[in-house]
Amino acid sequence: MEQLVLQFFQWFWNLFGAWDAVWAAVQPVWPLIWVLIKIVVIVAPLMLCVAYLTFAERKVIGYMQVRLGPNRVGPLGLLQPIADGMKLFFKEVIVPSGANKALFFIAPVLAIAPALAAWAVVPFFDGGALANIDAGLFYVLGMTSMGIYGVIIAGWASNSKYPFLGAMRASAQMVSYEIAMGMALVTVLMISNSLNFTDIVRAQGRGWFAEQGAGFLSWNWLPLLPMFVVYFVSGVAETNRAPFDVVEGESEIVAGHMVEYSGMAFAMFFLAEYANMILVATLTSILFLGGWLSPVGFLPDGFHWLAIKIAFFLLIYLWIRATFPRYRYDQIMRLGWKVFVPLTLVWIAVVGIWMVSPLNIFK
Amino acid sequence: MDFKTALFYIFSTILVLAALRVVTARNPVHAVLFLVLAFFNASGLWLLLQAEFLAIALIVVYVGAVMVLFLFVVMMLDINLERLRRGFWNNLWLGGPIAVLMVVEMVAVLSARSFGLEAMPAPAPTAAGVSNTKALGVAIYTDYVYPFELASVILLVALIAAVVLNLRERRDHKSLDPARQIAVKRNDRVRIVSMPVEKE
Repeated sequence: MEQLVLQFFQWFWNLFGAWDAVWAAVQPVWPLIWVLIKIVVIVAPLMLCVAYLTFAERKVIGYMQVRLGPNRVGPLGLLQPIADGMKLFFKEVIVPSGANKALFFIAPVLAIAPALAAWAVVPFFDGGALANIDAGLFYVLGMTSMGIYGVIIAGWASNSKYPFLGAMRASAQMVSYEIAMGMALVTVLMISNSLNFTDIVRAQGRGWFAEQGAGFLSWNWLPLLPMFVVYFVSGVAETNRAPFDVVEGESEIVAGHMVEYSGMAFAMFFLAEYANMILVATLTSILFLGGWLSPVGFLPDGFHWLAIKIAFFLLIYLWIRATFPRYRYDQIMRLGWKVFVPLTLVWIAVVGIWMVSPLNIFK
Repeated sequence: MDFKTALFYIFSTILVLAALRVVTARNPVHAVLFLVLAFFNASGLWLLLQAEFLAIALIVVYVGAVMVLFLFVVMMLDINLERLRRGFWNNLWLGGPIAVLMVVEMVAVLSARSFGLEAMPAPAPTAAGVSNTKALGVAIYTDYVYPFELASVILLVALIAAVVLNLRERRDHKSLDPARQIAVKRNDRVRIVSMPVEKE
């Protein structure tokens, strides 16, 4: 891939006959430039996906409620997210007079930076990750746990009541569900024997079912079915989406931590939330549904399978939002601490005993 | 100066400055955020030492959980700086010598004599295929399994003690049993009455 890009640049600069001079200047920093190119190749489509996820959300929920959804801007309303983005881009950013100015502007950055940084280790196809690091799973856990600072600082720096209440709710909720999420991931790394995403996916491609050509039965979702559900539901709670969206419950605290934000500062929180949704969908696909692996033996593996799985989980996100009423706050806490955490602890013990018993299938 | 050394100096400079701001910041919320920054840079230093598991564990545990709850508490407090600073000069005669003593002790222990390159040569770089997560796991669960278990039990005792100390059964509380709420059926709440149609 790198060679192809280099050849393209060589061809381009040779049109002006300046390749040698350019290469002499660029060569020392080429690895840096190559990484930057890869980052752009990951982040630009991600931002486009975020934009069209908001569109898909409005359309899907519209159809579920027997409405049309946005249909005015462009054919079938397809340019709606672009119009929304333009509007937010040109709006004035208003700073409340009592706000802590520095933190008020740092907060949206702290929200979106971890949401994007986590993508560095996600493999899109075999060997197709920006950084194929050893402790990839752990790195993602660390980055997603950083995302809460954006919310909590926004709530505090706004110096306003509703944002503060939203930040309090967010910090309690996200810390609680992070534990269930981390515990669910422990079982995954136990049976994969690795923290590296690529290894985790490869481990799912092995087994008796995979040899019979029914690869989807050897993926992690089947032996870890309770953890699969716990992980995805905790992911929904962690991203503060319905039915766990008390953080920004409209009827109670308007929009939680985002109340005082406008324009691009607001858009940053929005982008971070949707990028996190896509991240949770991607991680669920990679950890439990075999990532880029093909479900059946006679079809080739590839990125398209991962894309289909991600789209499936994102649809579930929207489906859940259109279906369930909002949880009460104490019920959210109860579900996290009294149901999910004990369940994951039990399942870790079950998987541990399973692995040392003669019935061990994870070798 | 190679790239790694430059990174080391960047991380440690920010770390020291942030740590300084933790104790000098006027606003306690700022102090907590500077502490987060300090943790982050310490984690960067550990990454330079090729201890990626510990580095990320520092982020996950301290930045991602402990400091969030810390921030949570500090934001709720109504801290009056004037009152906090009132006793400064009165307590200096006790605090000052203790601070000096701590500095002397730290210099004695951490000085170049015991932590210099002669006393502590750089460890051999690990081979490419060795995962330090696995190495740490093996060390904890084989060589140091009893100290590890002991530490866990102590933490568990502290955890249970904290819960027990805060658990007060109130007589007049109005909370409902979730199991009973879930068990409610339609017929407990709604009565369907069939009525003849009334016409005007």
